[in-house]
Amino acid sequence: MSAAVEWPLWEVFVRARRGLSHVHVGSLHAPDAAMAVRNARDLYTRRQEGVSIWVVPAATITASSPDEKDAFFDPAADKVYRHPTFYTVPDGVKHL
Amino acid sequence: MSADSGPAAVSTRQGHASPAQPVSRADLFAYTMRLGDDALVYSARMAEWIAAAPQLEEDVALGNIALDLLGQARTLLTYAGHVEGAGRNEDTLAYMRDERDFVNAQIVELPIGDFGFTVARMLVVSAYQYELYTALTDSTDETLAAIAAKAVKEVDYHRDHATQWTLRLGDGTPESHERMQRGLAELDPYVGELFERDELVQRLVEQEVAVDPGALRDPVLRYVDSVLAEATVARPATDVHHRGGRDGVHTEHLGYLLAEMQYLARSHPGASW
Repeated sequence: MSAAVEWPLWEVFVRARRGLSHVHVGSLHAPDAAMAVRNARDLYTRRQEGVSIWVVPAATITASSPDEKDAFFDPAADKVYRHPTFYTVPDGVKHL
Repeated sequence: MSADSGPAAVSTRQGHASPAQPVSRADLFAYTMRLGDDALVYSARMAEWIAAAPQLEEDVALGNIALDLLGQARTLLTYAGHVEGAGRNEDTLAYMRDERDFVNAQIVELPIGDFGFTVARMLVVSAYQYELYTALTDSTDETLAAIAAKAVKEVDYHRDHATQWTLRLGDGTPESHERMQRGLAELDPYVGELFERDELVQRLVEQEVAVDPGALRDPVLRYVDSVLAEATVARPATDVHHRGGRDGVHTEHLGYLLAEMQYLARSHPGASW
């Protein structure tokens, strides 16, 4: 098999158990989506890490640019009123 | 089976029809060794792909399959040693027997060849093991039924992996199609042995311990042919038909495999880590 043509890259998301969301765990190469799911099963769920797998072509992900980090994220830094820290949490409310 | 079975018999699950004769330990040992040797030798072959597969991802996939098979071999050989009652454990059985004592089918000892051959063999053998283990879960022998119940999920995945690759190679590029077809041609003379039945199996089938290999032929080949049809390749019709593995007669390839597999255990008996 010729290695000249590299398989496309896929990002892998695994849900650890029901009720949790899928979490990005890593990436892999695969010729197509069906094989990507199977490769993900072999690479990322060998030790019962998950009950569900998503694979996404890495090329289809649009990411924020590190160059825009200041414009994107810094303005939120001094707006503490956006955080729910000015409420009194009633006794007995957990997981807030 | 009846409760008054003598020391030469093995207890089996209740609730099944009582076989006429108690299951002989020698028969059960011999049958379990066939299952165990198939898994062991095939595992050794599959493990040869580790660090040699076309892609890192496939390396891990084939390594996983090899480890599944090794796990099946270990439980089967351990059980065989227990049934035999002569103090042989999985290691003794794996490492201290010579070529003529191995009773695997020849199909699993053939060299790995190219990826096309490996996929062709994986498709046929995993389809065979899937039907075999599915049927074996109904065995009156509790241990074999339990081993089969665990193994069937593993070989189900092996079969899926082989299916995925067969479709991609067969219906892929002209070269992958050609290699897939060639792999099937090289494999074909060794397929029939999987479905052969001899007196030992016949006795155990009547006692509802073993699976009738002849009855597996149709479902296995139906599955294989359906995949091949979708992959635009076909099983060639060969007249050549090799056999003998169950009697300890092997191709010239098994000796080299065993030499490598058994070297360490024989050079350093009892070595541990």
